[in-house]
Parts: sequence; structure tokens; C-alpha cells
Amino acid sequence: MAKAKARIKVPKTASAGEIITIKSLVNHRMESGHRTDKDGRAIPRKIINKFTCEFNGKPVFSCDLGTGIAANPFFEFKARVMEAGTFHFTWIDDEGIKIEARKEIDIV
Amino acid sequence: MNSTRRKLLTKGASAAVAAFFCNGKSYATVEDIHSVLDPPPKRDNNVGDEAGIVKLFTPEIAENGNSVPISVFVASQMSAEDYVASVLIVAEGNPNPQVVTFHFTPLSGEAKVKTRMRLAQTQDVLAVAKLSDGSVHKTSNHVKVTIGGCGA
Repeated sequence: MAKAKARIKVPKTASAGEIITIKSLVNHRMESGHRTDKDGRAIPRKIINKFTCEFNGKPVFSCDLGTGIAANPFFEFKARVMEAGTFHFTWIDDEGIKIEARKEIDIV
Repeated sequence: MNSTRRKLLTKGASAAVAAFFCNGKSYATVEDIHSVLDPPPKRDNNVGDEAGIVKLFTPEIAENGNSVPISVFVASQMSAEDYVASVLIVAEGNPNPQVVTFHFTPLSGEAKVKTRMRLAQTQDVLAVAKLSDGSVHKTSNHVKVTIGGCGA
């Protein structure tokens, strides 16, 4: 399988207390377990079941994904930035494979 | 002209196959939806949204059930005392009705999320928001699905 690649959009700078928009997208098939292959065998479920976003170690946003999320899960959410620091994004799939990404933001 | 017709036939056939497979699954009821809430509100407790604080944006017609853009917004101050704890998205007609649960913190600033979901068939999509004070608010939208995303 192609290496999972995360794409994240975080503004480089923000003013203190500003609410910024974060967009995240990660490549994943999100195999639901409801499909069958051409021989009629069920394709086992393999989805990303957890996504978290932390800022300087404090949780900002997280979600528990089910099979109803489309392939290549995309999330756009908000965060309130009070100080400069690093956003840490983590995706975990059914096999425990972890995809991680970091983005830094400065205060102007 | 032939190739167009063939394409059309293939589309029709795959839609029929999709419908066949999807029909074999058990569907959710309102009780199921309540049971996935944590902690579950009382069943007869009117979970409503009189205040109108939950807004769910969905397309009226989703042409491709494999990727339906949705957006949910819960009006809240998102302060340390008063914030939206979580929002649950439920697709009643999907084989697995619990689509996603968003968890917010005061650091989220605003309880607003966009994502893309799968819809197996034409159905109601629900958004259930739980606030930090324990109150539960819900809203629902009807979405018509042209071609269902079977693997929902």
C-alpha cells in the first residue's frame, strides 16, 4: 500500500486569541468491511478509527471515526490559539498503524 | 452513442448490485442512536433542539454516496465552563449508523467541523450535540442519495 501521507493546512501566524481554521486530509482506503471481492469473500475492515489534534500537549479536537467516513478522511475544524507552539496530529487505524504530523504556528 | 448506452447500463447494474448488498444489513433505530450516546439520555426524554443551537449542513441531493460533504456547527461560547463536549453524527440508513463522534475542548474555539461521509441510501442524517452541562441537542436533515456508497 502506498505510504500514508497526511496533508495539513495551518496558518503560519495568528494573533493571540484568534480562532484559526485547520484542514487535514490523510490518504487511507477506509475499507468498511461491508464489501466483497470478486470471489465473494468479505474484505476485512480496515479504517482509521481515531484522529486527534493536540496543541502543545493539550487536546484541541479529536474524533472517533466509524465506517461511514469517506475514504481519505478529511476534517476541517477550528482552534483557538493563545500562544506560539506546535500542533500535533495523530491518526490511528485498526491495525494500530499511527500516522503523525506536526505544524508550528507563531503569534504576531 | 453505443458507448454512452453501455456506460449507462453499467451504472444501473452497479447501483442495483449496491442496493442488493446494502439491503442485507440491519438498520438503526432511534433507540440505537440513543444507546450510542454516552451517557445515554433517557429514551422518553425529549432530545430536541428547541434552542436551535445545532446546525447541520448537508446537500439536498448527494449524487455520490461515497463522499458526501457535511458540516456541523454548534453555537457555543466554548469557554472553560460552557462548551460543546461532543457531537455525534448518525446515518440511520447506513449498515453502521454511528458515523463519527467529534470531541471538542475549550481550545477548539468554535464547535464547527466539516468532513465527508458515506451514505448507503436516501435517509435522514442526525447530528446530536452534548454540551458540557450534560444537555443534549439534536437536529436532522434528509439527504437524497442518487448512487449509494455501499461500503458505508
